[in-house]
Amino acid sequence: MLRFIVRRLLQLIPTLLGLSLLLFIWLHRLPGGPETALLGERATPETRAAVREAMGLDDPIFVQYGRFLKQLLTGDLGNSLSEKRPVIDLFLERFPGTIELTVVAMLFAIGLGIPLGYLAAKRRASWLDHMSVGGSLVAICIPIFFLGYLIKAVFAVKLGWFPTFGRQDTTIDATHITGFYVLDGIMTQEWDAALDALWHLVLPGLTLASIPLAIIVRITRASVLEVLNEDYVRTAQAKGLTERRIRGRHVLRNAMLPVVTVIGLLTGGLLSGAVLTETVFSFTGIGQFAAQSIDHRDYPVMMGFILIIAVVYVIVNLIVDISYTFIDPRVRVR
Amino acid sequence: MSLLDVQDLSVVFHSKGREDVRAVDGVTFEVRSGEIVGLVGESGCGKSVTSLALMGLLPPRGVKTGGKAIFDNGVDLLRTDQRTMRDLRGREIAMIFQDPLSSLNPVVPIGDQVTEVLTRHRGMKGEAAKKEAELLLDRVGIPDPRRRLKEYPHQLSGGMRQRALIAMAVACRPRLLIADEPTTALDVTIQAQILELLKELVHQDGTAMVMITHDLGVVAGLCDWINVLYAGRVVETAGRHALFAKPTHPYTHGLLSSIPRLDSVRGERLNPIPGSVRDLLPWLEGCAFAPRCDRVTEACVEGPPELTGGAHAFRCVNPVLEESGQDEAALYSREVSGAIE
Ligand SMILES: Nc1ncnc2c1ncn2[C@@H]1O[C@H](COP(=O)(O)OP(=O)(O)O)[C@@H](O)[C@H]1O
Ligand SMILES: [Mg+2]
Repeated sequence: MLRFIVRRLLQLIPTLLGLSLLLFIWLHRLPGGPETALLGERATPETRAAVREAMGLDDPIFVQYGRFLKQLLTGDLGNSLSEKRPVIDLFLERFPGTIELTVVAMLFAIGLGIPLGYLAAKRRASWLDHMSVGGSLVAICIPIFFLGYLIKAVFAVKLGWFPTFGRQDTTIDATHITGFYVLDGIMTQEWDAALDALWHLVLPGLTLASIPLAIIVRITRASVLEVLNEDYVRTAQAKGLTERRIRGRHVLRNAMLPVVTVIGLLTGGLLSGAVLTETVFSFTGIGQFAAQSIDHRDYPVMMGFILIIAVVYVIVNLIVDISYTFIDPRVRVR
Repeated sequence: MSLLDVQDLSVVFHSKGREDVRAVDGVTFEVRSGEIVGLVGESGCGKSVTSLALMGLLPPRGVKTGGKAIFDNGVDLLRTDQRTMRDLRGREIAMIFQDPLSSLNPVVPIGDQVTEVLTRHRGMKGEAAKKEAELLLDRVGIPDPRRRLKEYPHQLSGGMRQRALIAMAVACRPRLLIADEPTTALDVTIQAQILELLKELVHQDGTAMVMITHDLGVVAGLCDWINVLYAGRVVETAGRHALFAKPTHPYTHGLLSSIPRLDSVRGERLNPIPGSVRDLLPWLEGCAFAPRCDRVTEACVEGPPELTGGAHAFRCVNPVLEESGQDEAALYSREVSGAIE
């Protein structure tokens, strides 16, 4: 097991190296070169020359790449053009919000998607099945920002059940330790703060969950339908096992294999969805920040965002692969 | 005393846009306590559907069953509620299927698949259940059972997998064991071992067994009573000795003479019945076997023949009357020893 994890971690190295190379090429191919990326387009020729000199942009290309790699490894992503502060600090401030949001979205998607998909398969061709299949199609088709505005207009603006923006009500005197507001509230036992932060997560969480939820419903449904036809389910029935035991041990356990893979892929994709969702709900996270960086042509921030997405993707899929070996023993021996 | 009394069992599959399939069309047979009864017939004649109907495992929708299947103290297996069936299955009536690999859950250790039956029906848990599972695996001839408990189906050979499934089936010493072609998916050498194991187990426990097979050689040394099925109906029913000595229905006759004899060229099947069960006529207008029968006369298509003839009964208007000269003991020992070669 440990050997497997180590091997998978080693496999990350070429992936990340390749990615860094792509980023490096991207920076160098930007109009005006990397100094424009760092200084913005309005910098004077003198400052440009000074920066080229300081950054060693006239050095041989592989020396530059080596230096670039070293910077990445030490977490030095340069300074933001618009905020004039290190990119890494800006991301670290905003990352907890996005993690909270994606975790909530994933909980919605998994917690609703798997039971719905299972029931749809089990009661195939019932109204519940038709609703799930139709509903998931709609959810996949609706643009996420449109859905976000719609949900906000109904549940926050019109009905007033949920807040319209932000991560926490500013009138609440909350102590922040980790930057995860819900967690902070629990740690400091400021329950109103924790609850308020959670409340702020519901609508953006649902919005962000829409596409993964729809996909999980469909994959679960298809997978359960297939497993229900398997001989070993019939064996389990022939043993007189209870519905519950058959569902948990024999149907879902096997049906989860493709679902787990998809969950991994979807989690990585959530960060892109967070760009739109966070913008709609003025939610302070890295998605909103990335959206602003595109407006401001803040290349260091964009680069940081790409890098973060990639690293998250890779880590999530590592977790998926590892959990896979726990569910399916046939993978373990290989 | 009769343990299972199947009367006029019929199973019809409906599906939208297609014609109904009459998979089983009025099957009648009886199983007495501790007895081994064979259901023999070519592929597609309704053997598996019959067994699934008895287990209450037919698909929940699009199926219509008719007739009766009275088990033991009067429960009709075709009409009783799901809860009663769940209590009976695995405890009183157990089943073994054809393909041991696909019949085992690939992601659950063998041990858990055995202990879950013990937990469900015998209330055993933890170490006690494990201990019992180990004894069961040992009983069905799986070496090193303690270690095997932790292994997964893909780590076992085909024969060992079927043994594990047998262990699950006999875990609660059922009154009735239904074996649906339990050796068809296995190597020839393993087939004989599995048959011997089943024979020994049901004998020890006093379990009655319904042995389903397409191979008369399999039932030859095993079954007390044999029912020959064709196109969803019993066409001949007799005690083992009577059936092999005097196969009366031309179909049984054909099946028996298609078993290769010792002096025949290896692998060559003598006297195969021409045609296949696929191009069968339903039993509506006459004998379903008529198109393939070499004894066919006008009388055969005048109406469906009735089952006649007392204990050794057959459904034919032109029965074969001479002795076969076949000896079932020799047939079976050839089945078993042919395996060992
Ligand atoms: N679920 C089903 N839907 C429709 N037809 C079926 C179904 N299961 C079996 N049949 C049909 O019933 C007939 C008998 O099948 P089966 O009992 O499996 O034969 P066998 O004697 O080989 O076990 C076949 O013609 C088969 O096509
Ligand atoms: Mg069959």
